[in-house]
Amino acid sequence: MPVLAVIATLLAIWYVAVVPMNIKEVLTQAEREGAVIVPPSAAERRDAGRWGLVFANLDLIGPSWSTERARLPAPHQVAGELWKSTWVEETTGRRGIVQSGSFSNRSLIYHGGVTLTATVLGFVIGSVLGILLAVGIVYNRAMDLSVMPWAIISQTIPIVALAPMIIVVLYSVGLSGLVAKAAISAYLSFFPVAVGMVKGLRSPDAMQMDLLQTYSANKSQSFWKLRLPASVPYLFASLKIAIAASLVGAIVGELPVQRGGLGARMLGGSYYGQTEQIWAALFMAAVMAAGLVWLVGWIERRTLRAMGAQT
Amino acid sequence: MRRFSEAMGTTISVVVFLLMFVVIALAALGRAESDGGMALLWVALLAYIGWQFVDALAGWAEAPSVGRLAAPFALGAVVLIGWQTIVTALDVPSVILPAPSQIAVTFAGNLRTLWADFVQTILKGAMSGYVVGCALAFGMAVLVDRYDFLRRGLLPVGNFMAALPIVGTAPILVMWFGFDWQSKAAVVVVMVFFPMLVNIVAGLADTTAMQRDLMRTYSASYWQTLITLRLPAALPFVFNGLKVSATLALIGAIVAEFFGSPTVGLGFRINASLGQLALDMVWSVIVVAALAGSLLYGFLTVLERWLTFWHPSQRR
Repeated sequence: MPVLAVIATLLAIWYVAVVPMNIKEVLTQAEREGAVIVPPSAAERRDAGRWGLVFANLDLIGPSWSTERARLPAPHQVAGELWKSTWVEETTGRRGIVQSGSFSNRSLIYHGGVTLTATVLGFVIGSVLGILLAVGIVYNRAMDLSVMPWAIISQTIPIVALAPMIIVVLYSVGLSGLVAKAAISAYLSFFPVAVGMVKGLRSPDAMQMDLLQTYSANKSQSFWKLRLPASVPYLFASLKIAIAASLVGAIVGELPVQRGGLGARMLGGSYYGQTEQIWAALFMAAVMAAGLVWLVGWIERRTLRAMGAQT
Repeated sequence: MRRFSEAMGTTISVVVFLLMFVVIALAALGRAESDGGMALLWVALLAYIGWQFVDALAGWAEAPSVGRLAAPFALGAVVLIGWQTIVTALDVPSVILPAPSQIAVTFAGNLRTLWADFVQTILKGAMSGYVVGCALAFGMAVLVDRYDFLRRGLLPVGNFMAALPIVGTAPILVMWFGFDWQSKAAVVVVMVFFPMLVNIVAGLADTTAMQRDLMRTYSASYWQTLITLRLPAALPFVFNGLKVSATLALIGAIVAEFFGSPTVGLGFRINASLGQLALDMVWSVIVVAALAGSLLYGFLTVLERWLTFWHPSQRR
């Protein structure tokens, strides 16, 4: 219940904020249609405060919730755009799945799919690399000493900002689109996995390691039977962070390459002033992030239960 | 005596591998192969010998602190020298990968431009947003901690928002606040807010019942408990959040510039230089960003060690 209350409050604040954000455009529009508005000259309105304009023209609050190309579209407008660019576009649109048999390239389902492919591919590559690196770090002192500091430093570099360059360079080497985006996703998801796995592989305490020694277990046996199972909870905690980071990487990777994807929709929306399109893409990304994190959590619960964890 | 001979053995292997690495690098420089198979062979050879050198160095030091310091530097040097060698030996076009020396020259030649970009993006955009965002999150966290209703309502929302790709709000905020640094600061505020909130709230909850009871026996008020017990106890979490959001702040400020910026700033420079295929300039910007990120991270680490000296992870 408190969650619902907070969400309702946020929506209410959103609706209230829409009015002053859009009031100037609404007034200009109303003036063109011949309505009487309070400061009649455009120059006066430009210098006036937004809230002052709202209170001077109380009858024009309604239209501010339905302006086209609003500075801040109202929640129901965003929801409408979301509905229109998924369900309506696919069922009735000329290029929709009903009419043409494939997802329309104007629908968010198609663009979400493009982003999702890159996200998942990058996530898988990054996680595998992270796990391998963690194993190397745990079993090799030289790697622990020399690689770990660089891995930490590499994360203080805002690598997402380098996305355009990585894409241009990979493109000139002949790798395009999906692989380039996945590379950025992989880079972002690899570090949390590596750090979490190092922590996890080292989590068995001296007593447990000693026990295996009394069994005269060799290195690979102690890895498969003790270290790896012990690291699973740590692994899943970092996988959840990694998949969210991976989605960010894929979206940013789509900014320079305008070939579909949620990032491309956002940039396109900001070029053409289609705010509803940006917000819809944003919400689509939010839904995807929530879904992916939930999926990892679900696998986590299943795995831990199969391993006999008490939950 | 045995330990001495062992140390001698590892010292010799360090020197031998270093010499081999240099010789191979020089040989590669002299050859300038353009054949693909040979090129791969050179790369593999350099990587292998370089790694052997680092490996030997890590095992070298009797005192672990020497190896701890030397090994990462050795790896960095090996990678840089290997990079330089391969780029010059194989004639890699600078459109794909410029040599480190070329990047250094560009960096030194454009100090003035890069400094202006640094001030615009890091100091004005990222830092102002970082401070405002962290302060807001702090105030909100104290409120959330005080009122249970907010904790149960806002915290799940905050956790959810912290996982979202908030970079996506950048185009909207740029539209609202204009192209200058204010919009970048706004993006940073939004990006930093939720991770900070979640961390501070977790930190404020990190006192044991025993400690709180002790405060009650002192008849301490809510604010006294907050300031003398719970805020200090929350500091490790706060620093964790500060470190995570330091990187986020830099990312936010730079990425927001892709959606529109004045003709100065790190993100603008990356985009503009990419358009001219001036990759050495792009790499110089990367160096600036990396330096800024590492400096901020280092500063936070020092501050953390100074303020949370009592925490087990900081004790030596």
